[in-house]
Amino acid sequence: MSGSSKVIENAICTFCGCVCDDIELTVDSGGKHITQAKNACVLGKSWFLEHKVEDFPVALIDGKEASLEEAVYAAAEVLANAKFPTIYGLSDTTCEAQKQAVAIADYLNGNIDTTTSVCHGPTGMAFQGVGESTASLGEIKNRADFVMYWGGNPAEAHPRHFERYAVNPKSPWMPNGKEDRTIAMVDIRPTQSSLIADIFLQIKPGSDFELLWAMRALVKGRALDRTVEERTGISLDRLEALVQQMKDCQFGVLFFGMGLTMTRGRHFNVGALLQLVTDLNDFTHFVSMPTRGHGNVTGADNVVAWQTGYNFGVNFNRGYPRFNPGEFTTADVLGRGEADALCVIASDPGSNFSAKAIEHIKLIPVITLDPKPTVTSQHAKVAFTTATYGINVPGTVYRMDNVPLSLRPAFDSPFPSDEVVLRAIKERICELRGITPNHKPAAA
Amino acid sequence: MSSAIRIKNGKVYDPLNGIDGEIKDICVKDGKIVDSVPDDSPCIDAHGMVVLPGGVDIHCHIAGHKVNMARKFQPESKRHDVSPRVNELRSGTGGSVPSTFTTGYRYATLGYTTAMEAAVPPLGARHTIEELHDTPVIDKGFYILLANNVCLNQLLEKGRMAEFKEAVAWWLNAAKGYGVKLVNPGGDEPWKGNRNSNVHNLDEQIRGFDLTPRKIIKALIDTTNDLGLPHPAHIHCNNLGHSGNYTTTIETMKTAEGRRVHITHIQFHSYGGEVGKNPTSKAKEISDFINNNPNVSADVGQVMFGDATIMTGDAPLTWQLRNMTNKKWINADTECESGCGILPFSYQEHIYTHALQWAIGLELFLMAKDPWRMVLSTDHPNGGSFMNYPKLIRLLMDKQFRKEQAALANQKAINSTSLLDLEREMSMYEIAIISRAAPAKLLGLDNKGHLGVGGDADITLYDDQEDKEAMFNAARYVIKSGRFFIKDYEFCSDYQGRILHVEPEYDRAITQKIKPFFEDYYTIQFENYPVDDSYVHDGEVVPTKSLS
Repeated sequence: MSGSSKVIENAICTFCGCVCDDIELTVDSGGKHITQAKNACVLGKSWFLEHKVEDFPVALIDGKEASLEEAVYAAAEVLANAKFPTIYGLSDTTCEAQKQAVAIADYLNGNIDTTTSVCHGPTGMAFQGVGESTASLGEIKNRADFVMYWGGNPAEAHPRHFERYAVNPKSPWMPNGKEDRTIAMVDIRPTQSSLIADIFLQIKPGSDFELLWAMRALVKGRALDRTVEERTGISLDRLEALVQQMKDCQFGVLFFGMGLTMTRGRHFNVGALLQLVTDLNDFTHFVSMPTRGHGNVTGADNVVAWQTGYNFGVNFNRGYPRFNPGEFTTADVLGRGEADALCVIASDPGSNFSAKAIEHIKLIPVITLDPKPTVTSQHAKVAFTTATYGINVPGTVYRMDNVPLSLRPAFDSPFPSDEVVLRAIKERICELRGITPNHKPAAA
Repeated sequence: MSSAIRIKNGKVYDPLNGIDGEIKDICVKDGKIVDSVPDDSPCIDAHGMVVLPGGVDIHCHIAGHKVNMARKFQPESKRHDVSPRVNELRSGTGGSVPSTFTTGYRYATLGYTTAMEAAVPPLGARHTIEELHDTPVIDKGFYILLANNVCLNQLLEKGRMAEFKEAVAWWLNAAKGYGVKLVNPGGDEPWKGNRNSNVHNLDEQIRGFDLTPRKIIKALIDTTNDLGLPHPAHIHCNNLGHSGNYTTTIETMKTAEGRRVHITHIQFHSYGGEVGKNPTSKAKEISDFINNNPNVSADVGQVMFGDATIMTGDAPLTWQLRNMTNKKWINADTECESGCGILPFSYQEHIYTHALQWAIGLELFLMAKDPWRMVLSTDHPNGGSFMNYPKLIRLLMDKQFRKEQAALANQKAINSTSLLDLEREMSMYEIAIISRAAPAKLLGLDNKGHLGVGGDADITLYDDQEDKEAMFNAARYVIKSGRFFIKDYEFCSDYQGRILHVEPEYDRAITQKIKPFFEDYYTIQFENYPVDDSYVHDGEVVPTKSLS
């Protein structure tokens, strides 16, 4: 083993929304490969260890190799000439890159949306309706004695969520870790996660809203009849006992996943859950949190919100931000055939959007920024290869609880970052559109 | 690009230099006020205009996690209040919690060039700085929340005062903060750990600690003074909003024992009456105390009728208001550091309490003998948006207008105060004090709030109009760091503004005491906690002062 291998302590894994920041990376002597990722989970290990700097061209225009500058010019040309350019993705890149993307949408009078619209968009909408009681993950680690997961499978999707934040950790207030907590799971089927639960409610598919509403009634002391079991699969007796336990705990938390946001009811489901948690605060301290997926989807929400006032589905056609999910969300803008150019950053709508939307993607010029080729990049007019955030690129990311962290990249990439490419595209668009810094001399 | 400007024929108000409406040239070069510039330098003929230093907001909530939650939370307040893109100047949305770009541009449009975000849990400092970078034109900094910090409180209860002081200094450095903020000292522990309860008395034992709110207050007042911070402890007292809370406020001020202290949004802490019953005005008692104690300063936290957003580290208060209004509500706990509550709110003329709050704020302004220690704020957006400042200035300068407005409000409330007996009309000089010179002085910003040689060239020019609200609503010229941002009412070029922060010295050994605490209580690595210098590449370190 060469003596010149490098160790990066306290490195940050951006594979999922847990954004664990205790990873110890070993980079081989060639400086192009991570050989060890201590403390990482199975997903994190594959994220780090399988990362290679591959021999792709930095950019392709119509499938042919191009220089970075040529590609920037071509991309800017496409976007500046479009009437309804749409920018999408952003949940797997740094906040610094996300800021550039919003600026581009603003200067183009275009449309911007993030992957939030296809995961926790309904959570954002429910939040606008009823608010939320929440906490940073450390407060949950320190104090939560009742922990519930609804419609998610953290054991497989967020493997260290139990260990680091909510189930196992010991704290001065929870000296015995898991023994001091009650763990409850709600799902339509048993999962790896439900195996560790003290209470598992296997509910009928599509009955989340009904069950949450029934629980709200019980929290408020209203009478319920026994048909709740027929509707939801959970008996009234069980439900009453559960609700009592929730009211009696000292600090409760309810995590929820896409099993709630992307099934029948969507934002109604989340609204019911957030309101249930609010209701419980009449009795004890209770908080909730969506278990966000991508490494910096929470950052994307934040950046888009502070720059525009809205966190996804934002349109600048009128020269100022407007928000309307269903109208300005990318799946809809593409599905209706409205967008006449698409710029995708760190995402692959070509592989997971509706057939109609994908059909439209094939008809319009597409620009992609991604470390790897994707289904979408196969259709791209301009495809950039960019460096990977967290592994090659520094910057800021937000954990699922909105805690911001600074990345500690392991080694350099020959490819530019998303931020560098987007900034260059932005500057070129401003030239093409005649948007210039107006530094007139200081004369009166 | 020429950087010299001469402003001539304007009526200049510069209280820090004793200039009261004198016609006088102001010269600018390289971002600073200078003695003179060459005769052929570009020139503004400010005839018919009033020349003031740029406004300084000592207390507002404009950036960070809680502010951004309040944005995402209220699309209903944005759709009808948009701010379109103007060339390179970015678009945005308004309401009581505007988007970042809009916040910066709107402050500047009013003639404000510096603003301080008042409540940031250090764990969220990076987020706040990221937003401040996107808040253009103004210079800005933030206060870090330390009065419910579990680590500091543990040091305090053990009487480890030397380490306490080092840890406060470390925290300011780690977060790149400007000052120390106390919110409802001791109230987080019962809120988070004891079924949403609170502390109510300065000498009550805080659950889980051998500690009282008074001990925390005293320790942080002493420490901020001992560290020579440019701004002293900035305190949101216990019992905000409760009837009868003025005694808590006076007790808090007494705890300073003659040392410098700043009480924020003091209007919300000036109530008589019994808990659970209607409040009454204790503006006179509070004013008398401050008039007689020159170590104490305050900002008012004026309530303005219309839409607002309650946004505070005082989570129990927000919960209480939520239960009164039944509106949508946010609670957000930050591990070991803070609580937070957010609630959409509307102050209405006909409601007794709201009218009383409005009147008490005005009483506090008008009863203050020393305007240098009772400065302007609405606790934006808690008492109302900063966009209300022009109207507030008119209320202070124009007694006829004040009486007309009072006639529209709940008469039982208005008549229970002395507002209608107060004949005082503030002068332009006094407005320049409470909105510029005094906040800059209280913040220890020696280069701001004045137009003397060496000062930052942050200058606003208004048309001299009878209607002071119209006058202060739209500056005719705004010069920030020597560059035009607004010229003849029109936006010129964008400007980023600087992050102001402090770097008090500390003994590096303290990190060895703090690190084990992080391992037990936090979920991020100690090494990943401090905000590194790259985040304040455009920052300015404001020096700590040697102690006299």
